[in-house]
Amino acid sequence: MSHSSSEPLTTADGVPLKVSLRRAVRRSKLKALLLVSPLLAFLVIAFVMPIFDMLWRSVDNPEVSTHLSRTVEALKGWDGESLPEELAFAALVEDLREGQEERNLGLLSSRLNYEKSGMRSAISRTARRAADLEPPFRESLVEAHRAWGELDTWRLIQREARPYTPSYYLAAVDRQVSPEGEIVKVPAHLEIHVALFWRTFWMSAVITGLTLLLGYPIAYLLATLPLRRSNLLMILVLLPFWTSLLVRTTTWIAILQSQGVLNDMMVAIGMIADEARWQMIHNKVGTIVAMTHILLPFMILPLYSVMKTIPPSYMRAARSLGGKPLLSFRRVYFPLTIPGIAAGGILVFILAIGYYITPALVGGQSGRFITNYIAYHMQTSLNWGLAAAIASILLFVVIVFYLIFNRLIGVDKVKLG
Amino acid sequence: MNESAVPDAPAASSQEVDTCFARFIDVQKSYDGVELVVKGFNLDIQRGEFVTLLGPSGSGKTTCLMMMAGFETPTHGDILLKDQPINGLPPHKRGIGMVFQNYALFPHMTVAENLAFPLEVRHLSKSEIARKVDRALGMVRLEGFGSRRPAQLSGGQQQRVALARALVFEPDLVLMDEPLGALDKNLREEMQYEIKRIHASLGVTMIYVTHDQTEALTMSDRIAVFNDGVVQQLASPQTLYESPENAFVASFIGENNRLMGEVVEHLGKRCEVVLDSGERVVAKPVAAGGIGSRTTLSLRPERVVLLEADDGDGERFDNCFTGTVQEVIYLGDHLRTRLALCGNDEFIIKTPNAEGHPPLRPGQSVTVGWTWQDCRALDA
Repeated sequence: MSHSSSEPLTTADGVPLKVSLRRAVRRSKLKALLLVSPLLAFLVIAFVMPIFDMLWRSVDNPEVSTHLSRTVEALKGWDGESLPEELAFAALVEDLREGQEERNLGLLSSRLNYEKSGMRSAISRTARRAADLEPPFRESLVEAHRAWGELDTWRLIQREARPYTPSYYLAAVDRQVSPEGEIVKVPAHLEIHVALFWRTFWMSAVITGLTLLLGYPIAYLLATLPLRRSNLLMILVLLPFWTSLLVRTTTWIAILQSQGVLNDMMVAIGMIADEARWQMIHNKVGTIVAMTHILLPFMILPLYSVMKTIPPSYMRAARSLGGKPLLSFRRVYFPLTIPGIAAGGILVFILAIGYYITPALVGGQSGRFITNYIAYHMQTSLNWGLAAAIASILLFVVIVFYLIFNRLIGVDKVKLG
Repeated sequence: MNESAVPDAPAASSQEVDTCFARFIDVQKSYDGVELVVKGFNLDIQRGEFVTLLGPSGSGKTTCLMMMAGFETPTHGDILLKDQPINGLPPHKRGIGMVFQNYALFPHMTVAENLAFPLEVRHLSKSEIARKVDRALGMVRLEGFGSRRPAQLSGGQQQRVALARALVFEPDLVLMDEPLGALDKNLREEMQYEIKRIHASLGVTMIYVTHDQTEALTMSDRIAVFNDGVVQQLASPQTLYESPENAFVASFIGENNRLMGEVVEHLGKRCEVVLDSGERVVAKPVAAGGIGSRTTLSLRPERVVLLEADDGDGERFDNCFTGTVQEVIYLGDHLRTRLALCGNDEFIIKTPNAEGHPPLRPGQSVTVGWTWQDCRALDA
């Protein structure tokens, strides 16, 4: 703290108190900062930076400008009304030759293929033959692959030469830029993301509703039972919480599958026929059941923390004033639990729309969430830009919900016990 | 003990016995099936009476109130309201107003909405509700506070609102569960008079629970002193203070010097007791047994008179003893002096701070005296 003593203002008349106060505060602030700095550094590296990296990736567009730099240069000033000059074709051949030698055309061909199908084969086939192509390149390129004779291809290269692109976001909402430069829907058989977004949202809403329905009475019991019994109940609520997520999810497979416990029991008591077993897993039912179970504590705990603060005398007062039990509940108890309902609801909903592993394991095809497509684009299709765009949209939705919640209820109401 | 309550009934309620408004008949209550929290509680309450259930915490007084309100069911016995048994009646059908310990004002409603609640559930018209709410607010002197939230009010104001809410639907009976416990001393005294005033002006019957004996003495027509699930004495404040019937009541109500001893002789209305320290004391037998039985002598500090050693007026007192001053506490209007007397180090006397009383000093020897009527021989 030697630097603070070097401050010259401390001796001036009238100011010393303020200055020394500021110094004392600064000192304690510095100490506090020092204490949290490991966590802060961790958060910056593991949380903040990845998020910005994701946001950046969702618009980043380096492939065309890097790997087709000569072509892009040659296309400058091209009006896009007719095929470009020979110069551009020559530049393309030059770019492809270099790319073929350095074997780095993969990213470029994938990138262009997202926008126009057939571009991958056009680039790879042409690049293989690039060394042998003879001028005039216009004719030889078109002969090598007919895509080079199409106006759209050149427009695409010119358009995607920009360093940032909205096309990942467009793809995330099933839109694309048409060859004419307009934003249009993708062909119907390729539409998938919007439907998945909606499914994610409505299924998350259903899951939130179910957790509320199941959690509200439990939270009420937790808050009103005598301490010893409520402690036991609390352990029962938290026990699944302490079990591995994977174990809980796979347990539901064991219970719900067609040869599973539940179906066996129903067959055994003659409720359903053996050959007409219910399909309850690898579809929406499976996802909703398993996720409702897994997210239940996140509804119960905020509800409980709010209910715990409501003295039993409120209900007694309402009853003694002549309120029938249901009316007293509706007019007095329920309104006081709304902050808990909102807190639990927002928590469960936000967790649900970002849930990955449970829908992946028990969702089958129809019970998948948008998160499963983020993973798909990360791991299988390797379209990280699209994955980043979808994830950014989810992040945006979460932030919007959070802001609404904070405005209506206040985020300080979210407590877990 | 309860049968002795009948002659103690105050003038206000000394009408025919059959106008009895609310009764507890041999009520018992157990929560765990092992211990009785309330053991055979009997109480007859007259219309318009102010009855206080007084006792230390855990004595069963609040349980009795909760049984009357309908939040607890008696394990045994009957509770009657206007001669109708109400054991099976749910709280909302009893029409009893109740003021809770922490007011229990609904925090999400304004003061006016709080007051309107009991009227709305009774399906009164809007204009009538507004009129009654205004009148109730006027009664507790909170005109203009209707649009505030309870959290914006002070403790005393919240207390008034709670009182108004319990009265706004004009119940015949109002229960209060330590309603002033959360207020500071000045406000508490102010509210005591306020409640008393409202009680007198409305003629409503009130059952009041408290552990504060001053509060009970100030406000009540009759007080039932609870201990250990049993009513120790049911009487008017004056009777309780002047003529406690057992050692618990004597020590719980007011300050009290206790001397332990053995009854040696009965002389008509008096008895003679030999204290454990050997002195003989003439006392009034109240709850003492026959000759040879143990007894507690109870003596109010203000009834003990400090005697000048040489003036010879000790003749006036049946009991004269000499002790040593241990401690003198100056309390402004009077002096509280602790003596070592008759084997009791905690013997308190109160002397007025008036002329003619020489100041006492610790270590000084003094003579005190008291009459046999003021010294009550109670149970051991």
